[in-house]
Amino acid sequence: MAISRRKFLGWMGAAGLGATVGKSAHAASNKHFEGYPDSPGVLHDIVRCVGCRSCEAACNSVNQLPPPEQSFKDLTVLDRKRRTDAKTYTVVNRFETESGGNAPIFVKNQCNHCLEPACASACFVHAFTKTKEGAVIYDESVCVGCRYCMIACPFEIPTYEYDKALTPRVMKCTLCHPRLLEGKLPGCVEVCPTEALTFGRREDLLNIARERIRRQPDRYIDQIYGENEMGGTSWLYIAGTPFRELGKREDLGLTPAPALTAGALGAVPIVVGLWPVLLTGIYAVSQRKDKIAREEQSEAIADAVAASKEDAAAELKKVLAMKEKEKETAINMAVKKALEEAAKAQEEEAAKAQEEEAAEPPQDDPESKPTEEDS
Amino acid sequence: MSDTKATTGGSLFTPFNMVAGLILLVGGAITVLRFTGGLGAVTNLSDYNPWGLWIGFDLLVGVALAAGGYVTSAACYIFGLKRFHSAVRPAILTGFLGYALVVFALHYDVGRPWRLPYPFIVQPGTTSVLFEVGACVALYLTVLFVEYSTAPLEWLGFKRARNLVVKLTLVLTIFGVVLSTLHQSSLGALYLIAPSKLHPLWYSSYLPVYFFISSIIAGMSMVIFEGTMSHKYFHDKMDEAHLKEADGVVLGFGKAAAFLLFGYFVIKLVGLAVDNNWHHLATGWGLWFLVEMLGFVLLPCYLYAVGTRDKNIKMIRRTSLIAVLGIVLNRLNISLVAFNYHLPSSERYFPHWMEIAISLFIVTIGVLVFRFVVTRMPILYEHPDYKDAH
Repeated sequence: MAISRRKFLGWMGAAGLGATVGKSAHAASNKHFEGYPDSPGVLHDIVRCVGCRSCEAACNSVNQLPPPEQSFKDLTVLDRKRRTDAKTYTVVNRFETESGGNAPIFVKNQCNHCLEPACASACFVHAFTKTKEGAVIYDESVCVGCRYCMIACPFEIPTYEYDKALTPRVMKCTLCHPRLLEGKLPGCVEVCPTEALTFGRREDLLNIARERIRRQPDRYIDQIYGENEMGGTSWLYIAGTPFRELGKREDLGLTPAPALTAGALGAVPIVVGLWPVLLTGIYAVSQRKDKIAREEQSEAIADAVAASKEDAAAELKKVLAMKEKEKETAINMAVKKALEEAAKAQEEEAAKAQEEEAAEPPQDDPESKPTEEDS
Repeated sequence: MSDTKATTGGSLFTPFNMVAGLILLVGGAITVLRFTGGLGAVTNLSDYNPWGLWIGFDLLVGVALAAGGYVTSAACYIFGLKRFHSAVRPAILTGFLGYALVVFALHYDVGRPWRLPYPFIVQPGTTSVLFEVGACVALYLTVLFVEYSTAPLEWLGFKRARNLVVKLTLVLTIFGVVLSTLHQSSLGALYLIAPSKLHPLWYSSYLPVYFFISSIIAGMSMVIFEGTMSHKYFHDKMDEAHLKEADGVVLGFGKAAAFLLFGYFVIKLVGLAVDNNWHHLATGWGLWFLVEMLGFVLLPCYLYAVGTRDKNIKMIRRTSLIAVLGIVLNRLNISLVAFNYHLPSSERYFPHWMEIAISLFIVTIGVLVFRFVVTRMPILYEHPDYKDAH
């Protein structure tokens, strides 16, 4: 396949432009999103949690979820690690870590209500909303059921009703948003007997957390989980052991989820704007190349035809000239001969006349006729 | 061929038809089960693994392998490589069927398929990469339908409509390339939002570029591979121009694919370097990554190059299968194998046999429709009434 210089340049342009896709659009901006001002959240003090599962029971009842297989009073369920599922918005898990002296540590898990939620960013029908009350809520009336929110959520919180044939929903904690609107506390916070859960302005909660860490540095590690993870969450956690040992991932990074795809999405209008221009350009170049090739070809043909015509004309002229000459020669010769013969005949006549005068009458000579040699 | 006879009046009970019929029957039964018992009844999907084979294979692989349509029409109509002309129609047909089946397969996977138009008519979620994918796939399916429609229009004898569509060729081709650039890359961009779930060897901010470039390779390889199959089974349907140009198409795309595979290999290395992921190569995941990169990127690159140099058509045709399998492997690695790499094996996903059966069912429908079309419509030959070189 022959590649012309022009074509090659066209391709290089295309390749170069493609390589610009995927850079963060964030980089050019000095704006920093901090969430709704004064929006509330919940602080979970893991050190205070005793694993009584009252929060699970309260969550189940205020959200009218189906009754559990094992009673909420049954603490043997803590023997295995559990996650949220379509019938459970929150779970308490028990951890025993070496750094914690193998004492049981209880950790509640539920939707963290991110400040910039991955699920809301990922939803192609805008079914999730981060409200100013801090809750990330879900609108089942538009949900298509693609489950991209579940792929996107770094905390693996949203769950799906896989068993429903016609009306499956994504299920997750709502931070008791309807109760918040009524001025009530979330079910789990209200029922917690040890104040392991504190509801309040996120800013205040951060101060409370810092205060507890400062006052009891031997009980707490110096970290507030959720302060910055993936842009920060409305739920905050403090604990006495590293969070990675308590089922919380510390490798999520600080970039909020929407920023991860902003670059790719930002490239869309650029491609839409530039691609047609570039492609039309390549088309025009290839068309023009074809046209020039065609023109050169027809020009060459015309030249060749003209040259051969000229040759033919010259040849013809030469032949004609030769013929003319030959004809002339023939005529000249014929004339000469005729003259000679005429002269001869005259002579003969004269001689004959002399002879006649002298003797008998003269005879015709057959050889004296002019012969036609060529024409 | 015995199975082409089936559609032209011969016996219906050929081995091919019986197997296809069985797959269709099983697929039909599972379809009923899916829409009465829900996804849980027929899949191994879970709260940890919301996307399974139907997204990994039917969507990601399906869209990549259907890239032949835009690649071939761009080569012919935009880059002016007219010798690819006879390859355009089969490629457009495969593309159209591919995308139609992708959309069909999505109806099995999403929870409420009748709401699939909601993002466009009820409430758009424009911050979502999936919105871009959906919009582009919907538009491109329409473009492919119009591009493909020349064949049935010729078949049915609608001359005026057909000529109108032919006049739109350039605009449709450009539109097709724009839309393909966008959604092929966005399928990779879908995973940008989950850096904590996809293994670092496969996660990169260059994912959209990787997906776009590999889709071109997939498109070219698929045109070569599918041409090989067509030559085997539909040889009698091909006209002189198609047969004469076929080897040129194989050589041209083989050569281009060799270059692209090498470029793809280089940008994959760049991705490794940018994120400094070299140390992962020494792990089990690294080994698997190297299998993909060496066995299914560099190897087909080398074989394509040698095949083109030696004008070895057979070698290029065989290499196309390796390249196609490489695309399948890459897409499955990203969507299933390296996704959720951090979870314990008890929480990992392996497809249910009924998920595999539905994927097979959909591929079978594609093959049957392809056979129906090429045995009737002017795909592998030019319609005698339209010899005007479009």
